[in-house]
Amino acid sequence: MSDLRVVSGDLRPPAFGKRDLLSIADLTRVDVERLLATAGSFARSQERDTKKLPTLRGRLVLNVFYESSTRTSSSFELAAKRLSADTMTLKAAGSSVDKGESLKDTALTLAAYEPDVVILRHPQVGAAAFFARLTEACVVNAGDGKHQHPTQALLDLYTMREAFGRLHGLQVAIVGDAAHSRVARSLVQALRLVGAEAILVGPPTLLPPGLAPASHEIDAIADADVVYVLLMQRERMLDGANFVPSLREYTARWGITPERIREGQRVMHPGPMNRGVEIDARVADSDAALVVDQVRAGLIVRMAVLYDLLTTGPVAVETTVEVA
Amino acid sequence: MGAASLVIRGARVLDPVERIDSVFDVRLDDGVISQLGETVDANGHRVIEAAGRILAPAFIDPHVHLRTPGREDEETLATGAAAAAAGGYCAILAIPNTDPVVDDAELLRSLRVRAAEEACIPIGFLAAITKGQDGAELSELAALADAGAAGFTDDGRPVASAGLMRRALQYNAVTGKTIAVHCEEPSLTRGGHAHAGPVAAELGLGGWPSLGESLMVARDVDLALDTGQHIHLMHLSARESVDHLRRARAADARVTAEATPHHLCLTDDAIRTLDPNMKMNPPLRTAEDRAALIEAVRDGTIAAIATDHAPHSPEEKDVPFEAAPFGVTGLETAFAALYTYLVEPGVLALETVLERLSAGPAAIFGLERPRIAVDAPANLTLIDPTASWRVKAERFRSRSSNSWLLGRRLHGHIALTIAAGRVVHEL
Repeated sequence: MSDLRVVSGDLRPPAFGKRDLLSIADLTRVDVERLLATAGSFARSQERDTKKLPTLRGRLVLNVFYESSTRTSSSFELAAKRLSADTMTLKAAGSSVDKGESLKDTALTLAAYEPDVVILRHPQVGAAAFFARLTEACVVNAGDGKHQHPTQALLDLYTMREAFGRLHGLQVAIVGDAAHSRVARSLVQALRLVGAEAILVGPPTLLPPGLAPASHEIDAIADADVVYVLLMQRERMLDGANFVPSLREYTARWGITPERIREGQRVMHPGPMNRGVEIDARVADSDAALVVDQVRAGLIVRMAVLYDLLTTGPVAVETTVEVA
Repeated sequence: MGAASLVIRGARVLDPVERIDSVFDVRLDDGVISQLGETVDANGHRVIEAAGRILAPAFIDPHVHLRTPGREDEETLATGAAAAAAGGYCAILAIPNTDPVVDDAELLRSLRVRAAEEACIPIGFLAAITKGQDGAELSELAALADAGAAGFTDDGRPVASAGLMRRALQYNAVTGKTIAVHCEEPSLTRGGHAHAGPVAAELGLGGWPSLGESLMVARDVDLALDTGQHIHLMHLSARESVDHLRRARAADARVTAEATPHHLCLTDDAIRTLDPNMKMNPPLRTAEDRAALIEAVRDGTIAAIATDHAPHSPEEKDVPFEAAPFGVTGLETAFAALYTYLVEPGVLALETVLERLSAGPAAIFGLERPRIAVDAPANLTLIDPTASWRVKAERFRSRSSNSWLLGRRLHGHIALTIAAGRVVHEL
């Protein structure tokens, strides 16, 4: 792969309408290959002393977060800054959202600033698709309820490819509360796109029907190359939910302990981790864990997404790296 | 507008119940059909040339949310009636889940007076089975019937208590009116936004399972058998519900049912766009469910097609899918949707659709059947089957435009509606 050769003069307006990244379901295998290759180019740019590229100078990237976030909002903000875009972050707390402003009015208000990209996280399924219809900006879905979180899946693919040198044929066991996880939904679709296999493992009450092959036996993770651990939220035990009887029982049955991980398996977690609940601290801190690699991949993959949305593509790097 | 005196010339006159299917002229004198034949003397009346069109008994919609009183910004008696007239309806029944709930005889009387003054077609009012539709205490069913209730329903929510539902059915023998039920087991549907299946699983939407409906249908048909009383099942959506209905009817239970145009035309594939106008309660289900509903409509197990017309304001529906309320409008598009998606492709016969839109619901609620016969009051709809039109928000007579058909092109247009002898809609 050649070195990054991008200058701002290469940027042209999109040839056909505007582009959004709302769901992995909207992407083709070629899109994924291109995005990962672009991210690879940006990875090398981040090894230099001067990490900032002039690529998106003069562009405006808005971060709009209706839910708390550490990794996603900070990495999108840094990604935009590394590409020299102007950034602004709006959090629901302390904004007019607190005063009951509707998502529609927020969208119309922010559109007045003529942003090029809006990164949106919102607790309701369909929020990103709804927002995208109200703005001329490219919308990146940074999480809409339990539906989708596509950049998480892309950074996970990137991390897996770096760790294994391939994606095709990889076996990934996704362990835990898939039913309430946008991360699981995006990841299952992304793995399918690149020819990897996903299996869902967890309590039967938390396995959504038809999403992917599933098992409630923790032994089902034995053949996996990657054990992908999902966040287990306390509210799933609340009255009226009762998906599992207790966290203690969950941990005993499905918690990822050193004893359950075999040699050669790698462990991933989208964060934030509940150490001692879904993942044992000894696993989280072991060499098998790729959690920090995921965070690092988050930055360059999000740079690639911003870059890709604001250029017509194919990008100005040679996409010689095969995903397979 | 007075009673119509006119001649409709040369239409295909189609009344499946009266077994009429011929090109005839129809003459109305003072709102009553006075002559029916191959050539009728105009007698100085206005003549409507209707060659190539279909003249059928006008429709009756037994399931309309008119939002009055309480949400007149979404629909009024006048706009709801105008929308119905434009859809070919000569009468509609309003659902009592308004604010306040229609559970009181005085409120019901005042609504009937207002409807007679404001609405262009007759409106019947269903009253609540339980006070405030809270599912706890029976409404005064006899007093409400005396005040003119067209029947009873807690639609919008179920009567969750089997004991109370049984009491309601037993006591309702004194009124002889129809009890219509919204079948939903709340402990199975809490947090549900879409049919519990692969599409909802993929979209991350809380599931509203078929069992949430069919378990309540099973209970209610057994209650109908147990009490010997009539029960009407509203807006069926699941094939398991149809199975229970068939079994109960085979056992001579007094059970009837309706289905909506959207459940007959769509599957949960339609929600993949996350368009809030595809969000209904009960939810759109699978192709197998849709096929079971169509088969039940075809063979008469489901005897009525009802719109469940549910207007919502733009600020309620202009939100992400998960935040949106359930419900879509349907009065102005029902026939064209059925014609375009079921009749033209050969799935259902035109005669079947016309019967389920008119005679079917009339029989269920004990209303006079719209019919094309000499000396019958004129309740007629004139259909242009060749018209092609695009559904646009600004063209609705309804105050709301939350239609699942926005932007779509439909075939079959209602050219003229005559309700209770008066022209109430004319293109």
